[in-house]
Amino acid sequence: MDLQDFGITVAIVVGGFALWILATALFIWGERRMVAKMQTRIGPNRIGPLGILQTVADGAKLFFKEDILPKGVDKVTYFVAPIASATVAMLTFAVIPFGGSFTVGDREYTLQIWDPEIGLLWVLAMSSIGVYGIVLAGWSSGSKYPLLGGVRSTAQMISYELAMGLGLVSVFIWVGSLQASEIVAAQSGTFFGSIPAWNVFPQLFAFILFFGAAIAEAQRPPFDLPEAEGELVAGFITEYSGAKFAMFFLGEFMQVVTMSAVTVTLFFGGPSGPLFGLEGTLAGALLGTFYFAVKTFVFMFVFVWLRGTLPRLRYDRLMDLGWKVFLPLGLLWVMATAAVVLIQDTLEQAQVLTGAGIILAALVLILIVGAFIDRSRGEAEPAEDEGEEAEDEPLALPSSAETAREGASRHGGARQVRVPK
Amino acid sequence: MTDTQRPDRRQGSEVEPSSEFTVVAGEWQDLPDAVEDDLMVINMGPQHPSTHGVLRMKLTLDGETVVSNEPIVGYLHTGIEKNTEYRPWVQGVTFVTRMDYLAPLHNELAYCLAVEKILGITDEVPERAQALRVILTELNRVSSHLVWIATGGMELGSTTAMIFGFRERESILDILEYVSGLRMNHAFIRPGGLAQDVPDEFDARVRQVCSEMRDRIGEIEDLLTENPIWVERNKGVGVMDAETCLSYGVTGPPLRSAGIAQDLRKSQPYCGFEQYDFDVPITDTADAYGRYLIRIQEIYESLRIVEQALDRLPGGPVMVEDQKIAWPAQLALGPDGIGNANSYISRIMGQSMEALIHHFKLVTEGFTAPAGQVYQAIESPRGELGYHVTSNGTNKPYRVKVRDPSFVHIGALPAFSKGLGVADIIVAVASVDPVMGGVDR
Repeated sequence: MDLQDFGITVAIVVGGFALWILATALFIWGERRMVAKMQTRIGPNRIGPLGILQTVADGAKLFFKEDILPKGVDKVTYFVAPIASATVAMLTFAVIPFGGSFTVGDREYTLQIWDPEIGLLWVLAMSSIGVYGIVLAGWSSGSKYPLLGGVRSTAQMISYELAMGLGLVSVFIWVGSLQASEIVAAQSGTFFGSIPAWNVFPQLFAFILFFGAAIAEAQRPPFDLPEAEGELVAGFITEYSGAKFAMFFLGEFMQVVTMSAVTVTLFFGGPSGPLFGLEGTLAGALLGTFYFAVKTFVFMFVFVWLRGTLPRLRYDRLMDLGWKVFLPLGLLWVMATAAVVLIQDTLEQAQVLTGAGIILAALVLILIVGAFIDRSRGEAEPAEDEGEEAEDEPLALPSSAETAREGASRHGGARQVRVPK
Repeated sequence: MTDTQRPDRRQGSEVEPSSEFTVVAGEWQDLPDAVEDDLMVINMGPQHPSTHGVLRMKLTLDGETVVSNEPIVGYLHTGIEKNTEYRPWVQGVTFVTRMDYLAPLHNELAYCLAVEKILGITDEVPERAQALRVILTELNRVSSHLVWIATGGMELGSTTAMIFGFRERESILDILEYVSGLRMNHAFIRPGGLAQDVPDEFDARVRQVCSEMRDRIGEIEDLLTENPIWVERNKGVGVMDAETCLSYGVTGPPLRSAGIAQDLRKSQPYCGFEQYDFDVPITDTADAYGRYLIRIQEIYESLRIVEQALDRLPGGPVMVEDQKIAWPAQLALGPDGIGNANSYISRIMGQSMEALIHHFKLVTEGFTAPAGQVYQAIESPRGELGYHVTSNGTNKPYRVKVRDPSFVHIGALPAFSKGLGVADIIVAVASVDPVMGGVDR
């Protein structure tokens, strides 16, 4: 490693870090503006053009605020928790290629901070450590609402990590590598000459599984239970203020950016795109960064969109979804992918089997839909039974309720509202 | 009562309607040791984002399951009820309008109807005043239900429902401001009629709001009614069957969601409600989702009533003829805002000493009401809002006792909280729509 290597590597690391911080800051502002647009509001528009510097102002304000240390806290863990949370969120993006490669002299560089063999397992490892930040915060606050929030988030993150892992594993099996650069390289061609060879087409179900789990992992609506402000005040961050609060805040939003970036890397070809003959140059690499940014933005928008649309799930429903829907279907999908890959390797009829993969995805989707229909039917049946029983013995109805009902119906005008199933 | 009839199938939620609940405020150190019996006592409120103001609930939790719920009220005590005893009859309006601050006009109306009853002038109130009272209170009902949708949505994390609800409410408040000069706490309905007549553009503006509102409620319905998460969060939560409702005195949408079509506008019509054609929406679900559906339908019904009232709005005065009761004023718009008309001032100041004395006596002392007591109830957005007014024959009420539906509904909270999760408690409390201003008056 000589000076040139060192200089370029430092430039990539610093540039990448700056890009991520910038993306996070822009995302916080962008989310507020976009949700405002969805809700016929204006959103922050005072600081800088279109309010773009709002995040900077908020950050500065938070860091200068008094750092309150509540009486009952466990001091060491109370300090460590936000640091763990933010650091881990920052480290995750190290393995993601955020641009193309370029050559200087005879050496090739890629716009990626670190490209280890274990590749995207790093993402899983980091998000697992991220749980500690939240759990420790909830526990060390020495207060009841944070504790409930911390416990919720442990359960949530552990259950959804499984689903996320299964989504990743099917991509690993499909591509045959854990390394981020190889996963991107495997998606650089085209299917049938026109559709980009993104993993999302053969691995559609893995994509749904992964993205769903990623939303839960980033604790975004509708899965934002650990900090459900309507129930648990602010969950595990209730007792935090000032800079420590800012770190949790930053960590959470950085998770959104990172999860979008991982989704793009795994399923949408990462920074690949038409380069117009700029292969190997710095401009080409930066064009890759541009493609990557655009794709990532789409998924960040989906996060915002969900927040603008959906109410929050209930805790037990969230667990049901994780363990009873995502996990078994994920396992099924991993096995199916493995089988297809095995057959593909044996028969070498790649294109045909890709088609088979798509058909399989359709089948699994039908299965999911079928499962949902079964579930709703299963819920409806006992209710009908109860209705019949009540009809069989009308005398069992409490007399006062019956009297009141009759009395009210004498005045007329009652109209039964249709209750949608 | 057999178990099979209970709509709620949750484990451990069987609460006998006949059970007695003794609510005692206590000190923290007197509570059972939370660690010893594995229960956690958690204080939800009075400062909590989802307790509709300053309701405090002492929840005993086993994990996240509620073992018991003791609502504790009194954090917003204003002394309004007591204060009315020290003011003339007319001034009571400005007090009571501040109780249930989401339905100020209903408070005014119920109080004024009670005062009119005690004065024996119920039939002398002009037709126009009655019709305008119907229009204004029904608009107020719409705005109150919209706030309920907004806060209920917010508590479930649906920020868009929140914004939609408050945005649509704004158009109603604009109308009320246009009519009375104030967005809330109008003091516009007075004993004997209204403070003044509505402006010229009233008819057109209300009609426009009515037609716009239908579309906008449709938008809210698109967002929530069949939203799987919304349905899942509300269905089967906060179940109170008809028997439980009756034993706790629960009225309004919670009672109607249990299938009893009880609506005072139908059963004890006031202000000529018997002339209007409207339905009383009911469901048989007895849960939070049924209450949501009922409130949405009630908005449509209210709009129907408003349009019918506009169609038949008669001309004429808006205050009783009796000069001993009607406020002695002829309001007009002057260069410095609204005030007594110049012609009226010149008459009492320059021409008629008797008129001046009459004005002075009525404004400072007010009218006296014959001794006696009356109870007048109206259907507020939350349920039966009753005013029990007692007079000892002087110019002030002897006692004004308010039966506020929010207070009664909070009393029923322990009955349907047991066995719910913390998240469901929020939904259950929201579903009865308590307004603490009315609870703690």
